[in-house]
Amino acid sequence: MRSKPPIALNVAVWAGVAFLHIPLLLIIVYAFSAEDKSYIFPPPGLTTKWFAVAWERDDVWRAIRLSIQVACWSTAIAIVLGTLAAAALARTKFFGRDFVSILLILPIALPGIITGIALRSGYNALDIPFSFWTIVIGHATFCVVVVYNNAVARLRRTSPSLLEASMDLGANMFQTLRFIILPQLGSALLAGGLLAFALSFDEVIVTTFTAGQQTTLPIWMLQELIRPRQRPVTNVVAVIIIALTFIPIIAAYWLTRGDEAPAAH
Amino acid sequence: MHSSASSIQTMRLGLIRKLSDYLYHHPRTTLALLLGPPLLWFAVMYLGALFALLANSFFRLDDYTGQVVRELGLNNFIELFQPANRDIVIRTTLMSLLVTLACALIGFPIAYYMARYARGAKKALLYVAIMLPLWSSYLVRLYAWKLLLAKEGAIAWSLEKMHLTWMLDAVLSAPVIGGNSLSFSPLGTLIVFVYMWLPFMILPIQAALERIPPSYIEASGDLGAKDSTTFWKIILPLAMPGVAAGSIFTFSLTLGDYIIPQVIGNSTPYIGNVVYTQQGVAGNIPFAAAFSLVPIIVICVYLWFAKRKGAFDAL
Repeated sequence: MRSKPPIALNVAVWAGVAFLHIPLLLIIVYAFSAEDKSYIFPPPGLTTKWFAVAWERDDVWRAIRLSIQVACWSTAIAIVLGTLAAAALARTKFFGRDFVSILLILPIALPGIITGIALRSGYNALDIPFSFWTIVIGHATFCVVVVYNNAVARLRRTSPSLLEASMDLGANMFQTLRFIILPQLGSALLAGGLLAFALSFDEVIVTTFTAGQQTTLPIWMLQELIRPRQRPVTNVVAVIIIALTFIPIIAAYWLTRGDEAPAAH
Repeated sequence: MHSSASSIQTMRLGLIRKLSDYLYHHPRTTLALLLGPPLLWFAVMYLGALFALLANSFFRLDDYTGQVVRELGLNNFIELFQPANRDIVIRTTLMSLLVTLACALIGFPIAYYMARYARGAKKALLYVAIMLPLWSSYLVRLYAWKLLLAKEGAIAWSLEKMHLTWMLDAVLSAPVIGGNSLSFSPLGTLIVFVYMWLPFMILPIQAALERIPPSYIEASGDLGAKDSTTFWKIILPLAMPGVAAGSIFTFSLTLGDYIIPQVIGNSTPYIGNVVYTQQGVAGNIPFAAAFSLVPIIVICVYLWFAKRKGAFDAL
């Protein structure tokens, strides 16, 4: 029944995939470019010296450290809140359930600028000065939904008879939680956590509105985009960011292959 | 000694058992305990912030002191209807619609191929190929386009090698869409928007196509329909909810973005740019707040249309 795809379709598909991936490949090429004044293509020569230059840059290291710290705290908060919400919403039905699930999605469904300026207005109204924690609060809020999605998908896949069997065999709720639910949930939480980490690590819009003087890695990158100061260093940092975000994403995909809603969806 | 320790142990186990029994018999209490922390966080941090945003949009900025005056008024909203601001809203909405249309046209064949032809390893590979750009760094991808679209960049170079530079020049000298180089033209802004949000369009369309029962397509063929008739009469209508769902993402993401037009394009402002400069350089949070309600309203109108197309069934 299923015939071969028409040639035009084949062309459209692979052209589309190329469109999505050529820019990423180009970033890798430019990191080795010997040119340091313009974006000339093809690069006049190839060199690895810019990696050494970038390695020596304190501002880059500070930005990477800050971004990792923010992402770790946001992920930790998101895992706690997202798991609790998933446990509450996975099987029980109650009045206002839809409202809660929409509320969880809202920070990521609305454009980042609205979440950003809303948080900024909130801090402003309460006279809270910008700090490390104002960034973490913003990031944690939109990361919850990623953990929640993964945990809910896994909880719904877990058969309720497992829990009943555990209780029938005399385990109390805490033992069931410890020995049945958590091992089932483990890899889904890990995947959700990895995605939340990637999301926070890359977030720029909400950060701009909640950061004050702090420079996370995306803020550093944005400054270079608007006013390029040292292009070769930016090229190298771009490759590093790609490498740092690909690992958690591929890992999360692999961890949740069988779930109803794939992790990164 | 030993026995007293074990009796404490037993007592503790008894307490845990009692607590467990209590929770088991009071599912409402358990639910409240589970839901409490996330709900509290969202109510305080997020709904509180949204409320502050709404309140701010009715405040005003004192022209002399530059301080926010916390009195309710409609000045900001009257300001919104100034021709300059109205143009920005129209331009941004138009751009969002164009981006959505382009994403649907480019994304549909890919989603169709994934759902109908790709199997096994090829399907998984395609899925990862769509998902990876979606999740990899937004700024790095934007940077890649700055490199690609630059006057001395890869696109101009490839066109030159194909002796098509005249075509690029013709496009760039066109009014409205043209500019100094692709990197500084509205056409460039459009291309980058489409690139950024394309995966958001592909995945829901693919999901909608996967849900079409193969028996429908077989039935159509058995009843004598040509493949093209089956496509237009059966597959496309059933895929529309997916297109509508994807369009919600592409539309709302374009509407709220201010970074892409800031980096690629001729610096014509979009809604996001106004919000950003008003709250930052101008320090006018009330006006920025009022302006940021515009995309929310436009999105609500759009959602209402999308809902009528059945978009929510495909999310």
